Amino acid sequence: MDPNIFPRAWKPFFVWAEASGLGTMVRDSIWQFAAIEAVHLLALAVIGGAVLIVDLRLLGLALQRQSVSQIAREAAPWLLGSLITMLVTGWVLMASLAASKYYVNFAFQLKMLFLFLAIVYTYTIRRSLLKRDDSRIPPLTAKVVALVSILLWSGVGIMGRGIGFY
Amino acid sequence: MSILPFLQWLQATPFSTGIRESTWWYPVIESVHVLSLCLFLGIALFWDLRLLAMGLRRVPVSDLASRLMPWTFVGFIFMTGSGVLLFIDEPVRFYGNIFFRVKVVALVLAGLNAWFFHYSGVGRRIIDWDISAVTPRGARIAGAVSLFLWAVIVVCGRFIAYNWFKPLV
Repeated sequence: MDPNIFPRAWKPFFVWAEASGLGTMVRDSIWQFAAIEAVHLLALAVIGGAVLIVDLRLLGLALQRQSVSQIAREAAPWLLGSLITMLVTGWVLMASLAASKYYVNFAFQLKMLFLFLAIVYTYTIRRSLLKRDDSRIPPLTAKVVALVSILLWSGVGIMGRGIGFY
Repeated sequence: MSILPFLQWLQATPFSTGIRESTWWYPVIESVHVLSLCLFLGIALFWDLRLLAMGLRRVPVSDLASRLMPWTFVGFIFMTGSGVLLFIDEPVRFYGNIFFRVKVVALVLAGLNAWFFHYSGVGRRIIDWDISAVTPRGARIAGAVSLFLWAVIVVCGRFIAYNWFKPLV
């Protein structure tokens, strides 16, 4: 039996999404899925840049003459904007085959797990560190926080690509 | 002379066949390609935004050039490396794909745009507008053209997977 980490109780939700007007519209079109996927991918580049520019700064590998909080403030609107774009386009892509493909796709399940962890982590632990003055950010803490961030978001990206291969 | 015989030979090499027949190679290379997109384009985006005076406006342009742009170089190496491997997987199909051709043209144009900027008066005299939040017209044009071309490249790259059109070869 295929691995599965989604509770069975969630299945009606996926069935509903697939039967929804939005899901049906994308499923029945030959180009809508691809077009939305392209926007999803463009937003991926933006979110990747917004995450990395800050994490590279935390790792001591870029823009050391600017403060962490300054870079974080600059990146924040791009991070939030691209994240919202990712979630909206991702929802539509998912709805098109929610129950028949995504609910049973192990790569998708892992992606959702990574995504949940990445969002919670970014807007709690990482965010509280980024608000601090540079003098109050211990170098080792900065590196660990950045590495965990890169790992979690990479997990989302790799599993996202994995959906198509699973 | 056509490039097609060469591509057919390339597709028949054990290297190409090896990638094609392996279960893991293609997904691994694809994942590297997508993740390096984040590194290369994600960072290049912030450079372009600075040129457009739409982001990082208080960071000197020379700081971005020296302390951030090396990462786009790293990303570019992984991106082209994995991209070439993906191409070798099925060279004839890629060659016959309209989106692949548009992507290649857009890549060349993006390269020319970057080259033109760096060797133009504006790019060579960054020191004159290094810390100004408002950037020269030439810089804004270069940034806008870059963003447009890279968007075309990404979208075409994704569309290669779809066979809406009859292959050209």
